Amino acid sequence: MSDPLVKVKNLKIGATVYPPGEKPHDIEIVHGVDFELEKGKVLGLIGESGAGKSTIGLSTLGYGRGGVEITGGEVWINGRDILKGGLGALRKLRGSEVTYVSQSAAASFNPAKKIMDQVTEAAIRHGKFSKSEAEKRAVDLFRQLSLPNPETIGNRYPHQVSGGQLQRCMTALALCPQPDLVVFDEPTTALDVTTQIDVLAAIKQAIAATGVAALYITHDLAVVAQVSDHIMVLRNGDMVEYGDTDQIINAPREEYTQALVSVRSITHEEKKPTPEPVLTVKGINARYRGTNFDVLKNVNVEVHPGQTLAVVGESGSGKSTLARVITGLLPPRDGKIEFAGRNLSADLKGRTREDLRELQMIYQMADVAMNPRQTVGTIIGRPLEFYFGMKGKAKRERIQELLDEIELGTGFIDRYPAELSGGQKQRVCIARALAAKPKLIICDEVTSALDPLVADGILKLLLNLQKVEDVAYLFITHDIATVRAIADSIAVMYQGKVVRYGPKSQVLSPPFDDYTDLLLSSVPEMRLGWLEEVIEHRRMESAGN
Amino acid sequence: MRIPLAALIGLILTAIYFLAAIFAPLIAPYGVAEVVGQVWEPSSADYLLGTDNIGRDLLSRMIYGGRTTIFIATAATILSFTTGAILGFLATVLGGWWDQLMSRFVDLLMSIPTLIFALVVLSVMPVTVPVLILVMGFLDSTRVYRLARAVAVDINVMDYVEAARLRGEGNRWVIFREILPNALSPLVAEMGMRFIFMVLFVSTLSFLGLGVQPPGADWGGIVKENADGIVYGIGAALYPAVAIATLAISVNLVADWVLNRTTSLKGGRG
Repeated sequence: MSDPLVKVKNLKIGATVYPPGEKPHDIEIVHGVDFELEKGKVLGLIGESGAGKSTIGLSTLGYGRGGVEITGGEVWINGRDILKGGLGALRKLRGSEVTYVSQSAAASFNPAKKIMDQVTEAAIRHGKFSKSEAEKRAVDLFRQLSLPNPETIGNRYPHQVSGGQLQRCMTALALCPQPDLVVFDEPTTALDVTTQIDVLAAIKQAIAATGVAALYITHDLAVVAQVSDHIMVLRNGDMVEYGDTDQIINAPREEYTQALVSVRSITHEEKKPTPEPVLTVKGINARYRGTNFDVLKNVNVEVHPGQTLAVVGESGSGKSTLARVITGLLPPRDGKIEFAGRNLSADLKGRTREDLRELQMIYQMADVAMNPRQTVGTIIGRPLEFYFGMKGKAKRERIQELLDEIELGTGFIDRYPAELSGGQKQRVCIARALAAKPKLIICDEVTSALDPLVADGILKLLLNLQKVEDVAYLFITHDIATVRAIADSIAVMYQGKVVRYGPKSQVLSPPFDDYTDLLLSSVPEMRLGWLEEVIEHRRMESAGN
Repeated sequence: MRIPLAALIGLILTAIYFLAAIFAPLIAPYGVAEVVGQVWEPSSADYLLGTDNIGRDLLSRMIYGGRTTIFIATAATILSFTTGAILGFLATVLGGWWDQLMSRFVDLLMSIPTLIFALVVLSVMPVTVPVLILVMGFLDSTRVYRLARAVAVDINVMDYVEAARLRGEGNRWVIFREILPNALSPLVAEMGMRFIFMVLFVSTLSFLGLGVQPPGADWGGIVKENADGIVYGIGAALYPAVAIATLAISVNLVADWVLNRTTSLKGGRG
C-alpha cells in the first residue's frame, strides 16, 4: 500500500488568551490529534463549537486563524511535512495542492469581481492552467455542480446568484486548480434545509467525479454521514472516536458519540385543541414600511392554552414577521389578533401592561437579547419589579426560584451575561420571560444558534416548564426535527402564506402538499444512502433556487 | 489591579493641577492682584517664577489662573455632556420627526464656527464666569450630541432594547438603564478630549480679551499679558503654555486608561 495523501501526527495547536484583569497566557486548544487520509476519500470532522474541528481543518493548510498557532506535531501532505517548509512552500501548497471552502460564501467572495475571475484565479496564479483552460475547467465544474447556465454564470457578480448557488461556486473555486485535498468548513450550515440538500448532493457528486480527497467539517452528524467515508468525533480538542461512517452511525462506541447520534430523540404526546384558544390570529396581512408587497398574506392561526404551535418555514417565509405582528412591533395592514379573550391593539403603544405581561418573547441570539452591563439578577428581577412591584428579599427569593426552575441553581444571580455559556444565556432569557408569569411565550428560533446537545437540553426544559407553568408557546423554527419534538399543532409557512396548518399528527402524515413534502424530505436523516433516496424522489425544486 | 506607568504619570500630574486649583488660597504665596515687585523680575527665592508685566508674582497668578481655567473647563464639560448626551439619546429613542428636528438644528449650530459664534455671543452679553460656562457648554454640546446619537443608534436596535420595550418600559429606563451603561466607554474617552478642548477654548477667549476679565487671572490671560515680554527674551508667557500642554496630556493619559478599564470590564462589550 502506498503512503496516504495526508498524515497528521500528534498535532498540537495553541493560542494566547487575554482574559480581562489577568495576564495573557497560552492555552492548548488541540491536544495531539492523529489521522490519515487516502486519495479520494472523505473524512468528516465533527464536534460542537470549541471542539477544534475548524482549527484542525485549517492546519492542513498550515494556517492558524487569529492568534492560533500550530505548536507541535507533523502534518504530511504528499510526502512532505508542510510545517517545516517555511512560508514559501506554504504558498505553493495553498490554493494548489490544498484548497478551502468556507462556511459563508457570501463573505468570502469579493463582491466587486466576477465569479469566473475569482474561481480561476488560484489555478492561473499557480501556473496550473492557462486562462482559457482554467475557464473551460470552471465551466465543466459549474455543470458538474448542476448550477444553472454553466456557460454564463461565471460572468455574474456574487450578489447576482443565490446563497446556495454561491456556495457551489465556492466549491468550484476550490476544485478548479485540481487540488489533492479540499477542506470543507461547514459549507451547508448557513443554508436552508431545502437548499442544503442540493449543495450537499452537488458537493458529493463533484468529489466523486474529480477523485479529490476531502476533509468535511460540520456539527451535524446527519449531514456528514451522507458524504464521508470515515468520521472523527472531536470534543474540546481531543479525539473521542474515529471510525468508518457506518460504524459511527450504527454502532457508536463512546458515550459522547452515542449522545450525538441519539440527539433529538425527545418525544412529546400531542394534546387535543381546547375550545378556547389563548391566541387567535385572523386574516393578517402585513408589509414593512416603504415596501409595496405583503410579507404576510391572510394568515390565520390559533394557539391553545398550555400547548405549542410550531411555525415552520425557510428564511424569508415570513415566520419572524408574524412574531413581530403579534408582539405589536409591526402593526398589520388588516386582520385581528385576539389574546386571552380580548382584542389586542395592533400597535405596541395601545397595549395595556397586562397584555404585555402575558405575552413574552424569547430571542434567537441570547447574547444580544440581554444587556451585557446588567447582572443575571437584574435581568430576571426587572420584570418582577416592573409587573409585580416586588422588592428586596421577596424579589431575590423569587429570582432564585426561577433560577432553580431553569436548572441553574445558586451562584448565578450576580454574574454578567459574558460569564455564561451559550446554553446558560438562553436559559436566563427563558427565566426572564417566565418571571412575568405569561400565558404565551413566542420563541423565535431559540435553539438555532446552539449546539445540538445544548439545544436538546433547552427543548426538554421548555417542555417541562410548559407542564409546570401551563404556558403556551408559539415556536418559530426552520428545523423540522425540533417541531416533531415539541409541537401540538403546526403551521407551515411558505412565501408569506400558511400552506398547511393543523394538529401535528395530521400535518406530518401524508398526503402532503408539494412544499411540505420538500421540507420534510430535506431534513437530513442519520442513515447511509439517505441523500440519494431523497434526490430521486423529489417532486418540487428547492425553494432557494 | 495594577495602574500602568503612563496612567500613573497622568494621574499624578492631573491630581497636582486639580489640588493646586482647589487649595489655591492656601498654596499661593501672594494674592492674585497684589503688586509685589518690579516688572518682569527673574525667578528668585521670593518669586519662584519671577514677576509679570506689572510686577505681580507669576507663581501666584499661575495657581489662581489654573483654578479659574480648570473650574470653567470642568463646569462647561459637565454641562456639555449632560445636555449633549441626554438630547442625543432622546433623539435616538424618540426617532422620526423629533430626531430630524433636533439633528438638523444641531447641524445648523455646527455649521457656524464655534469660536466666531462664541465671540459674537460674548460681545453682546456681560462677560461673567457663568455666562462663559453656559456659552461654552452649549456650543460644545452639539459635538457630544452627534457622538451620543451615533453610539445610541447602534445600541437602540439591539434585541435587549427591544425586549425592554416589549416589557413596556418607558424612555427613561431605556435611556438610563439600557443605553447609557453601554455607551459610557466612548463617552468617557470623549470627555477627556472635550475637557482639553474646553481648556484651550477658554484660554483662547481670554487671550482675545473676551474671557476672564482682569484683574482675575487665567492661563490664556497670563499669556496675553506677558506676550510682549517674549520680544525682550522674557519667558513669562511660556509658563501657562507649558501648563496647558502638560494638563492636556495627563488628562488624556487618564482618559485612555479609564477607557481600557471599562471596555474590558467583565460583561463588557469586548
